[in-house]
Amino acid sequence: MDFDFLGDTMMKLLAGVPLTLQLTAISVAIGAALAILLAVLRAVSRPGEYFVRFYVFCLRGTPLLLQIFLIYYGLGQFAFVRESILWPFLRQPYWCAILALSLNTAAYGSEIVRGGLQSVPAGAIEAARAAGMSKLLMYRRIILPLALRQALPAYGNEMVIMVKSTSLASIVTLMEVSGISYAIISETYRALEVFLCAGSIYLVINFLITRAVAAVEYRITPHLRPVST
Amino acid sequence: MNLAVAVTDLRKSFGRNEVLKGVSLAAREGEVISIIGASGSGKSTLLRCIPMLEVPDGGEVAIAGETIRMRERHGRREPADAAQVNRIRGELGFVFQTFNLWAHMTVLQNVIEAPVHVQKRPRAECVAEARDILEKVGLGEKLDAYPAHLSGGQQQRAAIARALAMRPKALLFDEPTSALDPELVGEVLRVMRALAAEGRTMLIVTHEMGFAAEVSTRAVFLADGRIEEEGPPAQVFGDPLTERCRQFVGRHLNR
Repeated sequence: MDFDFLGDTMMKLLAGVPLTLQLTAISVAIGAALAILLAVLRAVSRPGEYFVRFYVFCLRGTPLLLQIFLIYYGLGQFAFVRESILWPFLRQPYWCAILALSLNTAAYGSEIVRGGLQSVPAGAIEAARAAGMSKLLMYRRIILPLALRQALPAYGNEMVIMVKSTSLASIVTLMEVSGISYAIISETYRALEVFLCAGSIYLVINFLITRAVAAVEYRITPHLRPVST
Repeated sequence: MNLAVAVTDLRKSFGRNEVLKGVSLAAREGEVISIIGASGSGKSTLLRCIPMLEVPDGGEVAIAGETIRMRERHGRREPADAAQVNRIRGELGFVFQTFNLWAHMTVLQNVIEAPVHVQKRPRAECVAEARDILEKVGLGEKLDAYPAHLSGGQQQRAAIARALAMRPKALLFDEPTSALDPELVGEVLRVMRALAAEGRTMLIVTHEMGFAAEVSTRAVFLADGRIEEEGPPAQVFGDPLTERCRQFVGRHLNR
């Protein structure tokens, strides 16, 4: 075992962790907000339902890698995109990767939230109607709080998948953990050690995320635990 | 003489099944009306039509003299003004057979939810009032408990407290004890009896004939979507005029 090499590799890879975490955090945040919007849109309107189903069909049915390519190489071919105020963002691989990751996770996320919405007991909704709540208030105070609590465990899964999906951002030049590991390997040809180091970094990140999700889940579901009083 | 609740010629079908065939019923302020009848007679549907939880196909509903405006749209009848319906729902307290408390909120949060967010009253005032109400229904010790940690009887009493917190002009009970274990029925009926004694306007769909005979000022017997018999409880439960009511009451009192 060449511990010097391992240590050296580890230090280089750790430099990519902030980017991996940024890509994950930003796209999970945007994606989750979008997922909730899509799931609610699907639940409240018929045209909305068709739109969301088509959206999910497309984004779930094609590889994320291809989606990143499409956005990174494809968008710039349209003049109106190049002339839009968003171009300073969309010309950067960083924002292209975030856009692709967000749109992709929103598709999966909306299905998870949809499951949560379906689990809300009809009686809880009926009581909200009987109390005179408007549809908006009902979603804000009763339906979404119940649905999202139900959806959180499955959503934790999606977050873990997102951490791993950020490794695809390396193909549009982003030097996150995977990108750095490819670079080291092309210099040293020592794939085993480098990938083991990279893998262990992903393991630690995902361990921390699953623990954090479990902690949040515990906090927001006192009503599902045995009596504490 | 003010009418708290008035329904006129109410009609409702589910598919081909005509559940209400023209029912008219009025409750004066302070009246306690029990609505009895066999399963499928339309009594729950009648109650649910009052706050538009079911939209009637025909007829009118008025709460405290205000008629709920209806309109035709795409060949179906619906309330013309959602804001009016929401406001009127807030003036009625509805108690469900299955309690329907909001599981993610404590008892106190359940009770102040609509007063704070629908009626937009100050939170501190709502909390103080909710504490009093919960004390009154015997849940003063359970403010911070979640519904899942309560017995059925406690949950139903919390649901009654939630309805009372809206300062309703009338209380509507849809078989409030039917989902309870027999030994828990008494505590809920005790609370309802106290409310009746306070002079609250109440419409109660129930199978508890003894209770209904005791607390109601008037009883209504529904059969096949029509009011078959209506009168003081002594008549409806003691000496019914119609044969069907006589048979129904006889079957239930001798259970």
